[in-house]
Amino acid sequence: MIYTLFQRVIQACFVLLLVALVAFSMFRFVGDPVQGMLGQEATSADREALRERLGLTDPIVLQYARFVLNAVQGEFGVSYRTGESVADMISQRLPATLELALISGTFALLLGIGLGVFTAIRREGFVAQSIMATSLVGVSLPTFLIGVLLIWVFAVELSWLPSFGRSGVVDLGGWSTSLLTVDGWRSLILPAITLGLYQMTLIMRLVRAEMLEVLRQDYIKFARARGISTRRIHFKHALKNTLIPVITVAGLQIGSIIAFSIITETVFQWPGVGLMFINAVYFVDIPVMSAYLLLVGVVFVSINLAVDLLYLVIDPRLKANASEGHS
Amino acid sequence: MSRWDSDFVYAFKRSPVACVSAGVVCLLVLAAVFAPWIAPLNPFDMAALNLMNGFTPPLAPNAFTGETFLLGTDDQGRDLFSAILYGLRVSLFVGFAAVALAMFLGVFLGLLAGYRGGWVDTLIMRMADVQVTFPSILIAMLIYGVAQGLIAPDNRGDLAIGVLILSIGLSEWVQFARTVRGTTLVEKEKEYVQAARLMGLNPLAVMVRHILPNVTTPVLVIATITLALAIIAEATLSFLGVGAPPTEPSLGTLIRIGQDFLFSGEWWILLFPALTLLLLALSVNLLGDWLRDTLNPRLK
Repeated sequence: MIYTLFQRVIQACFVLLLVALVAFSMFRFVGDPVQGMLGQEATSADREALRERLGLTDPIVLQYARFVLNAVQGEFGVSYRTGESVADMISQRLPATLELALISGTFALLLGIGLGVFTAIRREGFVAQSIMATSLVGVSLPTFLIGVLLIWVFAVELSWLPSFGRSGVVDLGGWSTSLLTVDGWRSLILPAITLGLYQMTLIMRLVRAEMLEVLRQDYIKFARARGISTRRIHFKHALKNTLIPVITVAGLQIGSIIAFSIITETVFQWPGVGLMFINAVYFVDIPVMSAYLLLVGVVFVSINLAVDLLYLVIDPRLKANASEGHS
Repeated sequence: MSRWDSDFVYAFKRSPVACVSAGVVCLLVLAAVFAPWIAPLNPFDMAALNLMNGFTPPLAPNAFTGETFLLGTDDQGRDLFSAILYGLRVSLFVGFAAVALAMFLGVFLGLLAGYRGGWVDTLIMRMADVQVTFPSILIAMLIYGVAQGLIAPDNRGDLAIGVLILSIGLSEWVQFARTVRGTTLVEKEKEYVQAARLMGLNPLAVMVRHILPNVTTPVLVIATITLALAIIAEATLSFLGVGAPPTEPSLGTLIRIGQDFLFSGEWWILLFPALTLLLLALSVNLLGDWLRDTLNPRLK
C-alpha cells in the first residue's frame, strides 16, 4: 500500500516535470524572450545586458532547473503583451474560473444524478425516453454552440439574463466573488449551464446505466420481497451502490471542466484564466501560455493522483495487484 | 478484406440510422467538393460583393437592389448559402487532413512501439499517457499558439490552415497508437510474422505488409469517430478566433461572425452555419458509433 502510494506520487512528479519541460521549451525557444520584453527599439547592448541578467547564457539544464524552482515559488515572469506579472494576472482571474467551475460542476452532479435515477426508474416512460433522446443531441452539440444558443434564447429573445461579463462582484480580501449578489448569480447562470451541460449528460447516462444494472440484482428483488417501500429501495439500496463509479467519473471530469472553461469564458467574456489563455494564444503571449499549461498540469495530475488513490482505498482487489506493476 | 462482404452491407441496409447519416455525410462532402460549381456567387471574390446587399433576410428581396438570396446575406452582402458551401469545404478539408495526419502518426508510432518493444515502446506509450491526461482541444490550442509563435507574423494568415491541421492532427494520435500497438503485440508472436522475419524481410516491410492489414478495421472505426471530433475541434478553434483566418472562413468562423449580429436581429447569419455544423457533426458521430458497434463491438 505504502509502496504503491509512493510509486504513484513519483509518477505524478515525473509527469509534472515533463509538463514543466514543455512549458520551459516554449518559454525559451518560441520567439525571443528578450525581444518580447524589450520591444523593437532596444539597442543590442540592452539586449545583451538583459540576456546576461536573465541568465539566458547559462547552460540549458541550469536554466530549466531555475525555471522549475521559480514556478514552484509562483514566479512565471511577465506577460509580453501587457508587461504585468503573470502570477498576478492568474491570481486575479482564478476566482472567476473556480467559481464558474464549482457552480457548473454542482449543477452537473445534482441534475445528472437526479435525471439518471429518474430515467432508470421510469425507463419505459415517455418523459424519460425524450430526455434520453435529447441527451444524444446534447452530446453532439459543441460547447460553444450551446453557449451561443443559450445567449440567443435567454439574453436576446427573452432578455431574462445578461449575455456576457461577470457583474455584482464583491471583493473578499483578494478573492473576488460573484456569489453574494443577485446580479452575480444572474450573470453566472448561462455560463454555468453551458459548461456543465456535457458533464451533466455524461453523469446522467452513467447513473442510468449503473442503476439499471443494480436494479437487476438479487438483493433488490429480496428487498422488494421484504416489502420495503419502492422509494427506499431506489434511493437507499440502489443509488448508494451506483455512486462509486459516478464519483470517479465526476472527479476526472473536474479537469475537463477547467479545460472547457476556456471555450465558455470566451463565449460569455467571463474574466477568468481561460479567457486569459485564449487571448495569450491569439497574441502569442508565450509566458502566459506556459504558466497556464503548468497550472492546468498541476490540476490534472493532482486529480488523477487523487482518483488513483481513491481507487486503492475503495477497491481492495487493486491493492493485491498493485505490487505487480501497472495494469 | 473479408469483413467487407455481404454481412456488412446487410447490416448497413438494415440500419436506418446508418443509411440516413451516411447519406447526409455524402451529400455534405459532395456539396463541399463541388462548391465552386454549386454556389451562386464566389464569396471570396471581392469584386462580386455589393455592400448594398448587406443584411438581406432569407428569401426576401433586398430593399435597395431587389436581389433575393436563398439563405440571406451577411454584413458584407455576401451570399450566405455560398459562404456556407465554401465554409463546409474548409471545415471538411481541415477535418480530413487532420485525421489523416493523426492516423498516419498514430499507426506508425503504434506499430513501432508494439514491434520494437523495449525503451522505444516505453517512450512512445508514456508520451501517449501524458498526452491523454489533457483534453485534446487544450493540446490543439497550445500547439496552435506555439506554431504561431514560430512563424513570422507576416506569414501567419497564409499558414493558418496548415497550422490548424497540424494542431488538431497532433492532438488526436493517441487512440490510433494504442489500438495499433495492442494488435501488433498479439500479431508479432504469430508464426506468419516469424516466418516473414526469418525470410529476412526488413522490419518496415514486416510491419507495413504483414501486421498493418490486421488493424485496418479498428483504425477505420477510430478514424470516423476522430473525424467528428476533429470537425468540432476545428469549429471551436475557429470560433474562438484561433483557427481559420477571416479570408478563408470555415463554419466555425461563420458562426463567430453570426454571433455578433444576434443582438441586432439578423438571426440567419448565425442560424444556417450553426445548423450545417450540427448536421455534419451529428451524422459523422452517428455513423462512427454505428461502425464501431457493427465492426468491432469491443472498441469503446
